[in-house]
Amino acid sequence: MAKSKSRMSQEVNAGSMADIAFLLLIFFLVTTTIASDKGILNVLPPKLDPNNPPPEIDKNERNIFTILVNANDDLLVEGEYRESADGLDEDIKAFVLNFGAPDEDAQALFNSLPQSLRAQAKRDPESSDHPGEAVVSIKTNRGTSYEKYLEVFDLAKKAYFDIYAERVNLETAEYRTLPGNDDAEKALIDKGKEGIPMAISIAEPDKIGS
Amino acid sequence: MGKFKKKTKTSENIPTSALPDIIFMLLFFFMVTTVLREQEILVEQKIPQATQLQKLQKKTLISYVYIGKPKNTALYGSEPRVQANDALLTPADIVQWVNRERDALPEADRGMITISMKVDKDVKMGPISDVQTELREADARRVLYASVGKVVNN
Repeated sequence: MAKSKSRMSQEVNAGSMADIAFLLLIFFLVTTTIASDKGILNVLPPKLDPNNPPPEIDKNERNIFTILVNANDDLLVEGEYRESADGLDEDIKAFVLNFGAPDEDAQALFNSLPQSLRAQAKRDPESSDHPGEAVVSIKTNRGTSYEKYLEVFDLAKKAYFDIYAERVNLETAEYRTLPGNDDAEKALIDKGKEGIPMAISIAEPDKIGS
Repeated sequence: MGKFKKKTKTSENIPTSALPDIIFMLLFFFMVTTVLREQEILVEQKIPQATQLQKLQKKTLISYVYIGKPKNTALYGSEPRVQANDALLTPADIVQWVNRERDALPEADRGMITISMKVDKDVKMGPISDVQTELREADARRVLYASVGKVVNN
């Protein structure tokens, strides 16, 4: 008896397996929102201590690249009016790599840069002394749109990432997405940044005209 | 004629035994990447575009803040509001909220808390600056401006 039972088909009918899987698949397809944890990282300055007012900063005007954005999303870059932010990254790059009056360390830094970056040093006495001194300042108005602010901030970041990437001979996107998981990658990231701090200052927005 | 007949005799059915495997593979992909939304977003979210995107390594360190015009304008008005977790906050509540989020993290990671700001395109800088002031107050200074990749046409 037992033998005759075992002679019956032992296979489970798997033909509808695909249908079940399809059903589940469609459920997950519909409910899924692929997590977008991508964005532009910014580190805010520490809060103001009323007992310790921030030190007076006497930086030369030539070392600050000022970008003002008003409530109409118009730009004033280094005192000049602009309608769109296009090309701002190139200007910031030129400003950072100007090497107008490098001190000894900055001269050593300059010599360590690859030829393609050294060629971009304009040596303009009216622009930044050296990358260690250069600061990009972004000031907005309370009425500026977030989109415009992000566009300008994005371009400022792009300028720095371009410099870093070119220095270690990578594409900008490759450098930016280096995860820094092992020592070799960390060394590469540090090598790109060394001596050229990403100095993007974001001023408190003013209230006029908003 | 005979020749033609012979050709038609070849097996016509495609083997479909591997089909469930393929479907399962897709299924697992979506199961792994899926994040079931446990909170309803009460504000409008049109995330702006940017090019210099970075990804964060540790997702547990991220807390999300949503800023935008409320969807239900009859109830919440049309001015941009801040949402964290599933409730709308006033700027004054942010410090408290950050501290709660920080307490939920393991002790070693508390200094590295990152606030992902998901801000609607149409919001002005005023409310954002207010939120950032509060974040500085709460000493949660790592901020991620959430944005989506821009297609650059050269």
